[in-house]
Amino acid sequence: MNIVVCMKETPDTTAEKRFTADLRLDRAAVAGVINPYDEYGIEEAIAQKEKLGGELTLLCMGPARAEESIRKAMAMGVDKAVLISDPALEGSDLIATARVLAAALQKLTFDIVIFGQASTDSNAGMIVTAVAELLGLPALTWASKLTIEGGKATIKRSHETGYDVVEAPLPCVVSVTQVINEPRYPSLKGIMQAKRKELTSYKLADLGIDASSVGSAGAGSKVEAANRVTLTRTPEIFKDADRAALYIADYLEKRKLI
Amino acid sequence: MNLTLSEEQQMLQQTAREFADEKLRPVAAECDEQQHLPIAQMKAMAELGFFGLIIPEEYGGIGVDTLSYVLVLEEINKVMPAVGTITSVHNSLVSTAIARGGNEAQKRKYLPRLASGELIGAYALSEPHAGSDPASMRTAAVADGTYFLLNGTKSWISSGKSGGLYLVFAVTDKSVKPSRGISAFIVEKDTPGLSVGRKEEKMGLRASDTTQLIFTDCRVPAANMIGEEGSGLKLALSLLDGGRIGIAAQALGIAEAALDEATCYAIAREQFGHPISDYQAIQFMLADMATEIEAARMLIYRAAVEKDQRERVTKEASMAKLYASELATRCADKALQIHGGYGYVKEYAIERIYRDARITRIYEGTSEIQRMVIAGQLLGK
Ligand SMILES: Cc1cc2nc3c(=O)[nH]c(=O)nc-3n(C[C@H](O)[C@H](O)[C@H](O)COP(=O)(O)OP(=O)(O)OC[C@H]3O[C@@H](n4cnc5c(N)ncnc54)[C@H](O)[C@@H]3O)c2cc1C
Repeated sequence: MNIVVCMKETPDTTAEKRFTADLRLDRAAVAGVINPYDEYGIEEAIAQKEKLGGELTLLCMGPARAEESIRKAMAMGVDKAVLISDPALEGSDLIATARVLAAALQKLTFDIVIFGQASTDSNAGMIVTAVAELLGLPALTWASKLTIEGGKATIKRSHETGYDVVEAPLPCVVSVTQVINEPRYPSLKGIMQAKRKELTSYKLADLGIDASSVGSAGAGSKVEAANRVTLTRTPEIFKDADRAALYIADYLEKRKLI
Repeated sequence: MNLTLSEEQQMLQQTAREFADEKLRPVAAECDEQQHLPIAQMKAMAELGFFGLIIPEEYGGIGVDTLSYVLVLEEINKVMPAVGTITSVHNSLVSTAIARGGNEAQKRKYLPRLASGELIGAYALSEPHAGSDPASMRTAAVADGTYFLLNGTKSWISSGKSGGLYLVFAVTDKSVKPSRGISAFIVEKDTPGLSVGRKEEKMGLRASDTTQLIFTDCRVPAANMIGEEGSGLKLALSLLDGGRIGIAAQALGIAEAALDEATCYAIAREQFGHPISDYQAIQFMLADMATEIEAARMLIYRAAVEKDQRERVTKEASMAKLYASELATRCADKALQIHGGYGYVKEYAIERIYRDARITRIYEGTSEIQRMVIAGQLLGK
């Protein structure tokens, strides 16, 4: 079973977001971390590899400094990694990113590609299906459980009223949610061995992609403004303690929450 | 001197920090209160490799440099010194003794099981009558065919009950000087004739067990002797540099924890209409603590780096241990003072930090012994 897990380096979630003059996220200003959602993807990929054998490759598109996050994933148990890094990629939108990842995946051998559900910086959650579409592969999204068996992948997808069981033949693309597992710590031994693992770097030219079709130049979407969202809540204070339970039940019922 | 940590060192430090924060912190107070080890957490530590830190890779360990080891110990001790002690004794004393002094068969037999944490190492040097002066020990080992028969009592043994492998020092020849008459043995837990004695009711480190070990015609295979007969005291002394750097790292972690607690509390606590952190008396205490912590850190990190470059760093290790352990109790005391009455009750972590800090000035050589060692080095004695 050869598995590819995709990872993005995102700005540390605990730091305040800052923007560059052209309204892109200022990634240089804060430390980068493994996109928190991708930690679940990495954990799932490692656990599946431990169970089924084979090789686990991590795929990342990002700046050179993403190597730090890649080494951490290697310390957790990823075998090797491919980093696609090219100045022309800066400012790439979702579609361009999906095209680049899909092109890189075509150079790798895999039975399954695993993604986190979304990235904490842009939170679109659409790369997964875009990549699957470009590769002509089925996509199983929002998995809260993944079983790979008998040449197919089966997932549980939870929703408000229960869960669906969805399956697809291999090869396929899967995205996982936070409930699927508990990401492990990098082992101390893994940390010492991470530096020795193979990290391949690709430029756009290696993937046969034209620089003008990606980056800010090739972006189909343009950011026109970035505004701070201010949430205004109007608290309702209900003082009659004796009837509090009734009031709350009524409130929830009106909104069809119970 | 280059003070930049390597990528690996930073990642080890960060992982140890996250592990201690997320897994040990939630149970530290309860384990202290109930006097039990965090078993599940220590199992996770074993899986991550905390017990194989200094064991070479070929024997199943990780084989990190001394500074990396110090960074990891510091993080564990910021949160739970009781676990820090166990980790330090296991690595700096027991694993090092076998890795450095053991023969190939002993290394193959024991190091992988120590590295995996299947066996937790305990170090049995002290006796009721032999503390600072271990050469006066009375536990005796008498040859009996291919065995040695051990008789005597060891005291103050960290992990005495929970440990699985004991490194025991005993007199093999009373007729010569201790420097040639004491030998070191690897003793497995279930060896007939070995029993675990009283568990001490300690002031601090209450989650860890410190017990007596009683040897009554305890039959230990002669093959379990480390090094040559009579080389035990030399081995014990050679372990001290690493051991003392380990305890210094523990003390540093404790001092940092005290400062953290004091800082948070000082910002939150208001008296006379202001946070007490607005008052210079409080600020100066915090400033002194922070400054001395950096000084201790430099002493310890330097001793650690030099240990990998030379055979012995006796003076540097003693200085680091002396300064850091006295600092740990000083910081704990100031931090408790900053907490006022709230520092004197168990609701706040500083109460436990204060109790845990105190031991660092006593074990692996008291402060007085460290000063004797340092003076001895200065005066060429
Ligand atoms: C919690 C705990 C865990 C321990 N874990 C272990 C362990 O795992 N393995 C192990 O072998 N031991 C262990 N010890 C024992 C520890 O190493 C000894 O307690 C320590 O060496 C001091 O010995 P002592 O208690 O007999 O004190 P003593 O040696 O009796 O010292 C009493 C006082 O006299 C001072 N003193 C002694 N000699 C001199 C001198 N020549 N000049 C000036 N002052 C002097 C000392 O500094 C001290 O202040 C542990 C102890 C404790 C409390």
